Amino acid sequence: MAYGEKVLDHYENPRNVGSFDNAENIGTGMVGAPACGDVMKLQIKVGDDGVIEDAVFKTYGCGSAIASSSLLTEWVKGKTLEEAQAIKNTEIAEELALPPVKIHCSVLAEDAINAAVTDYRNKNN
Amino acid sequence: MAVYLDNNATTALDERVLQAMLPYMGQVTGNPSSVHRFGRLQKDAIEQARESVARLVGARAEQVVFTSGGTESNNLLINGFYQHNRGSRIAVSAIEHMSLLEPAQNLGDMVDIIEADENGHINNSALEQAVDERTSLVSVMTANNETGVIQDLSLLIDFAAENNCFFHTDATQAAGKIALDFAGSGIHAMTVSAHKLYGPVGVGALIIDKRLPIKKLQFGGSQEKNLRAGTENVPAIVGFGKAAELAMAEMQMNARKMYQLRDALEKGLKELNEVSVFADRAERLPNTLQFGVNGFDGETLLMQLDRKAIAVSSGSACTSGKTEPSHVLKAMKVPDALANSAIRVSFGKHNTMSDVEALLAALHDIIEINQQSAVMMAATV
Amino acid sequence: MTEQTIKPIYLDYSSTNPIDERVVSEMLKYMGPDSSFGNPASRSHSYGWTAEAAVETARKHVADLVGANPKEIIFTSGATESDNLAIKGVAHFNKKRGKHIVTCKTEHKAVLDSCRQLEREGYEVTYLDPMENGLLDLKVFEDALRDDTILASIMHVNNEIGVIQDIEAIGKICRERKIIFHVDAAQSPGKVEINLEELPVDLMSFSAHKIYGPKGIGALYVQRKPRVRLEAQMHGGGHERGMRSGTLATHQIVGMGEAFRIAKQEMASENERLLKLRNKLYDGVKDMEEVYINGDIDQRIAGNINISFNYVEGESLLMALNDLAISSGSACTSASLEPSYVLRALGRNDELAHSSIRFTMGRYTTEEEIDRTIEHVRKAVEKLRELSPLWDMYKDGIDLDSIEWAAH
Repeated sequence: MAYGEKVLDHYENPRNVGSFDNAENIGTGMVGAPACGDVMKLQIKVGDDGVIEDAVFKTYGCGSAIASSSLLTEWVKGKTLEEAQAIKNTEIAEELALPPVKIHCSVLAEDAINAAVTDYRNKNN
Repeated sequence: MAVYLDNNATTALDERVLQAMLPYMGQVTGNPSSVHRFGRLQKDAIEQARESVARLVGARAEQVVFTSGGTESNNLLINGFYQHNRGSRIAVSAIEHMSLLEPAQNLGDMVDIIEADENGHINNSALEQAVDERTSLVSVMTANNETGVIQDLSLLIDFAAENNCFFHTDATQAAGKIALDFAGSGIHAMTVSAHKLYGPVGVGALIIDKRLPIKKLQFGGSQEKNLRAGTENVPAIVGFGKAAELAMAEMQMNARKMYQLRDALEKGLKELNEVSVFADRAERLPNTLQFGVNGFDGETLLMQLDRKAIAVSSGSACTSGKTEPSHVLKAMKVPDALANSAIRVSFGKHNTMSDVEALLAALHDIIEINQQSAVMMAATV
Repeated sequence: MTEQTIKPIYLDYSSTNPIDERVVSEMLKYMGPDSSFGNPASRSHSYGWTAEAAVETARKHVADLVGANPKEIIFTSGATESDNLAIKGVAHFNKKRGKHIVTCKTEHKAVLDSCRQLEREGYEVTYLDPMENGLLDLKVFEDALRDDTILASIMHVNNEIGVIQDIEAIGKICRERKIIFHVDAAQSPGKVEINLEELPVDLMSFSAHKIYGPKGIGALYVQRKPRVRLEAQMHGGGHERGMRSGTLATHQIVGMGEAFRIAKQEMASENERLLKLRNKLYDGVKDMEEVYINGDIDQRIAGNINISFNYVEGESLLMALNDLAISSGSACTSASLEPSYVLRALGRNDELAHSSIRFTMGRYTTEEEIDRTIEHVRKAVEKLRELSPLWDMYKDGIDLDSIEWAAH
């Protein structure tokens, strides 16, 4: 399978790889399953104003899954939680020019941000 | 080497086709199903060849399914169709190649045979006799491998359409020699083979319109749109593509040349005693001519011609060595004795007028000597 | 072929081999206008006779490598066709004797899919689980046989994990019970000694392009004494003793013959060399954490090593190892997202099955290439583990099985 340029770029130079220590202002979303061949862990650091200050990820999965999560961390930074949750998998798929067999990677990314936001809200309610 | 006049059995690989194949027979290889770049390069080569083969027969690339040759294509068509459409009848002509006739006959009473007339044509009344409302597939070859007779395809296609039948044609001998129009003519499936058009042996195709319901026969992989499992024969497929491209570009030039050779041969033969050209009133392939010599045994004739360095055959190579008269000539009601003396001459693009002359001279000698010895025998009795 | 300029390291010999130059030069004698290009079925002229003689010489070369009689070798378009012909051909011919077939879950798709087709036709098939090392437990095999079992099909060498089944022992069990025994040997000639004169095997499938011969040609060994009968799958002309019709591809057959001839001469030294390379490769990565070999390490061909790099996903590893032509799972299934069914059959868990890479070495693999491979692999695995949340969890001592994954 030939990968698109943007996938390759994110795969070779993944942005924001890492983990945050667990804290009140951190939301963590881990989605996927080893059985399916991909697990995505996305963490967001949320400021007092409800804006995402920083985001990091770790992903076990194919190149498209890694690229989807890498791109997502770039996109959510500076967004409010609501804005971040409004990111649709189709936008990610389009940006990375994912082939049809890889669309599920972008779905996983959408799931990841939703899970991270939910986690943050659960902690801070 | 002998003068080769058996191009309907197989043709010599064109030098340019060989050159196109060589890069795929070297140190760089790959399995087209592999995702790494070695595999992808092989896959790309296959797709390019698919385009060329499609163009030759007027089809779309996605309609081309590569197989190991004409025999597999015909088996896939008949058995694959039967598997998908149990209970419906199949009608095939009496003059088909054995690779179509045999699998059809194996289906027993589900198959009806369409008779040919004495010119080797499949006409309307024969069709009406063999086809009824239970028939769902009609298969008649575009041009016959022995006599070279070309069918009126539009008549057959119209008949099949009027009777709600799918139509298949074995164009193994026709492809590259006459123009074909798969998509525009309403044909649902077509068999082609590479080694009859200066491509490599071991590769062919079944061109299929997706409306034709068919099941795969060879299992173990989803290659060729899941209709034919097995690692693709990449160099051969590349060769097929190149051969198709060349055949398309050079068809008219080659046809013109072959007509000249064949007409010269036919004229010369008619001057010989006891020679009858089969189907000489029918439209035939430019390169093919079959004749019988009254009072001769075909095997003896072939042997004597071989001694005179002329390579021809009695009919199909696939039934070569069998002593029965050709089923094609039988279907055309040629008397057994004459059919048994049949010689098929099939020209290729490498042949020249001197080959025709050599053949005529050899035949003249053989017939002359035989007649003299017959006279002498009669005198001594 | 524009990408030729970048020269990646080819370690995918079990997928297909480059053709040996010596094979190509034999083939060229039967290709082109000045060659012996006749149709071997043409009985009326020297073009045909010359081609036929070449086919018979090649048949002898193929037979010689595997200890068969040339008359027992039937040429086909490849191992897939051979497997189809053997399995469906025997089943159809013997349908009155019984309708049960035994095979193994780690067989090639050509065998498994042929069996599935027979199931659709009303046959019953038992698909055996191998042991954890990929080998078949003879007791399990024997227990699966029934009075109405007509055919057993077990591969010689597995295409993914390279393990060698004990076909002699399996064959003996079949003989005692008069069950026809087919062996898919696409991966073994030239790698493992085969002597069909003594082996209790009735049918054996071969491929040319896995042994430095051309694609598009293979063979099926059909034993003559006692005679194994099968129903032809392709009709029209009665070539190959009626078992396989179709114009014989002389140049391809000649190529296959030459490839088998060379293999007979060189297999001993080649296997020794490949074993060294394989051990070198394994030694170069085995000190890394969480590295597992799939399949028995001893009962295995020299040129194959299949390794799982735990917590690293196979496809991303392939992508990182862009300079290596390798595969995860077999080429015929590698476009799908499923983990290798062979590794699943071995009982490997999801992570390990998803993280497997097959390295297969061959005639043209160099020591320098193995050095580069080790370097690439170590770097890639380290990089991807840095990215892997599963690796973090492993490091933190979290048992992955204890987590409830939301399968999607």
